[in-house]
Amino acid sequence: MTEPRPPAAAPAPVRAPVRAVAPIITVDGVAQRFGSRTIFRDVSFAVAPGEVFVILGGSGCGKSTLMKQLIGLLPPTAGRIVVAGRTITGPGADAALQAMRRSIGVMFQSGALFGSMTLLENVMLPLEVFTDLPHAAREEVARVKLGLVGLADAAGLMPAEISGGMAKRAGIARAMALDPPILFLDEPSAGLDPITSAGLDRLILDLRTDLGATFVVVTHELQSILAIADRCIMLDRGAFPDAGGMIATGDPRRLREESTQPIVRAFFHREMVAA
Amino acid sequence: MAASEATVTAAQIGPAQVLTFAGRLDAAGAARVWDAAHAAARQNAAIGIAFDLTSVSFLDLAGATLLASVQAAHGAATADLRGASDRTRALFARACEAGGYARPPKRPPPPDATMRDVCGAALTALTGGVAFLGEVAVATVRLPGRRRMLRMQDLLRYADQAGVRSLPLVALLGYLMGLILAFQSAIPLRRFGADLFVANLVAISLIRELGPLLASVILAGRTGSAFAAEIGTMKVNEEVDAMTTMGLDPMTMLVLPRLAAAMLVMPVMTLALELAGLAGMATVMSAFNFPLVAILRQVQGAVTAVDLLGGLFKAICFGSAVAAIGCRAGLATGVGPRAVGLSATAAVVGGIVSTILLDGVFALLFYRLGL
Repeated sequence: MTEPRPPAAAPAPVRAPVRAVAPIITVDGVAQRFGSRTIFRDVSFAVAPGEVFVILGGSGCGKSTLMKQLIGLLPPTAGRIVVAGRTITGPGADAALQAMRRSIGVMFQSGALFGSMTLLENVMLPLEVFTDLPHAAREEVARVKLGLVGLADAAGLMPAEISGGMAKRAGIARAMALDPPILFLDEPSAGLDPITSAGLDRLILDLRTDLGATFVVVTHELQSILAIADRCIMLDRGAFPDAGGMIATGDPRRLREESTQPIVRAFFHREMVAA
Repeated sequence: MAASEATVTAAQIGPAQVLTFAGRLDAAGAARVWDAAHAAARQNAAIGIAFDLTSVSFLDLAGATLLASVQAAHGAATADLRGASDRTRALFARACEAGGYARPPKRPPPPDATMRDVCGAALTALTGGVAFLGEVAVATVRLPGRRRMLRMQDLLRYADQAGVRSLPLVALLGYLMGLILAFQSAIPLRRFGADLFVANLVAISLIRELGPLLASVILAGRTGSAFAAEIGTMKVNEEVDAMTTMGLDPMTMLVLPRLAAAMLVMPVMTLALELAGLAGMATVMSAFNFPLVAILRQVQGAVTAVDLLGGLFKAICFGSAVAAIGCRAGLATGVGPRAVGLSATAAVVGGIVSTILLDGVFALLFYRLGL
């Protein structure tokens, strides 16, 4: 079927100023090891409420691993993570994780829609389990969420019947089902054509403006980063002699213009780096 | 010989071992002269090496790789290219650079598995199984607070998939099993004039033993593998992760309904198999001119309610074991489509082995209880 376009875009994205408020996510000295291999260490940053925060870096630098730590799927080997006021690492993490999961929505790279349910049922599932809304109201809410991502007409389709871009947008709709204050998006633009990708970027900015949600986005798509990110951190495999880590943080547009680090310049200016 | 067929000749000319190539040095040509060129290159290793390419009509990256490999086999750092075009020289340089002939030292092969490794792996599998059972128990205890996560339509779908849709297969196998058992046992029993007791033999075998066992093997092959493949695909597609991040418990949403469905349908499948088996036996007995009333009376006299209920109880236990092993195999799926296939295989093998082990335990238990 012809893929419906995302909702009309705002002409110029509205950027949230970085406010001096308590962070909604705090990451302090986090590390991840698999066997004898250290993927990254000493990763620390904070995300302010209402920000679009991007985790960027080249392939294999640990972006998705860091995101798995943030959403509680992978306990870090060192460090502390606080999400929505709950420390999800260390002792008592299980209870904190259960509580934290009500405050987040996650869109996985492939959408990760449940294949045995229609898009509408996918979005209705969290409402069915966690709210007392009657069936008709749940359906109404789910249709609104699908409408927000431009999929109102595709509500009755199965995940196997839609394109990759639609699956990602349906994944965002499902992540928003319970209106969580934080949304994590894993590679929202990966594998999409530039028009669909730009549509998703606009959708993220619109949702941030309309819903006031905080977005943490993992991506290495340069255009997307520059379009949506208020701030970012950049990970690199060679940050330390023995491990990867964080090599830059800040406004990606300033990093692009001002950074003197070869890897950062190479990333933003598509320059070759000497091996 | 075709004019373009690749050839190589070697000769020591002055201070160099010169390999003269001719014809097309593409993948097919390189394959034709590969061994001969390497053998020639290993001779006169103390002197330099040169490639005479004057008669080469075509050379691509495969041919350039051959030259780079031959140079490395000779042990030379550089080779003299004679009669080579600029394109050939560029391809040769690229093959030398990209081929990694200055290879890093090979990793030592992993040590052979010792008995300790095998025991360790078995222990890990065992503890994993026990942990899974513990998780199932915890999910069951917590079910009253998570009722909404157990979707009735899922349970009914699994029951339909595992039970209703397998009934034709169950009936066919049961009928054939009854037919074969009756026919095979009728031949020796006839010699003693005891062929009427074929009905007793087949009925007791089917109802006490073969009914639950065969139904469980069918469940393992048909449904256990499907459970493992379904959950495994969900794992690979990150659907299980999505569920977890949404605060939905995969044990409650994925495992419990499948377990319940298998436990519900197994007694029905077993009964269907047993009835079909008795029908098969009756077919053979009728062919031997025994009236149906006599056959029915023999069966009634041979089989007790304890036999029937004991068999059905075993069937429920077998069904839960097969479903649990299928679900565990699915949740333990690694990365990639191959992992899903491995999980499905593990589910079938594990299901059948556990069924037979459990059957042995029940045989011992029923004997001790005098049932």
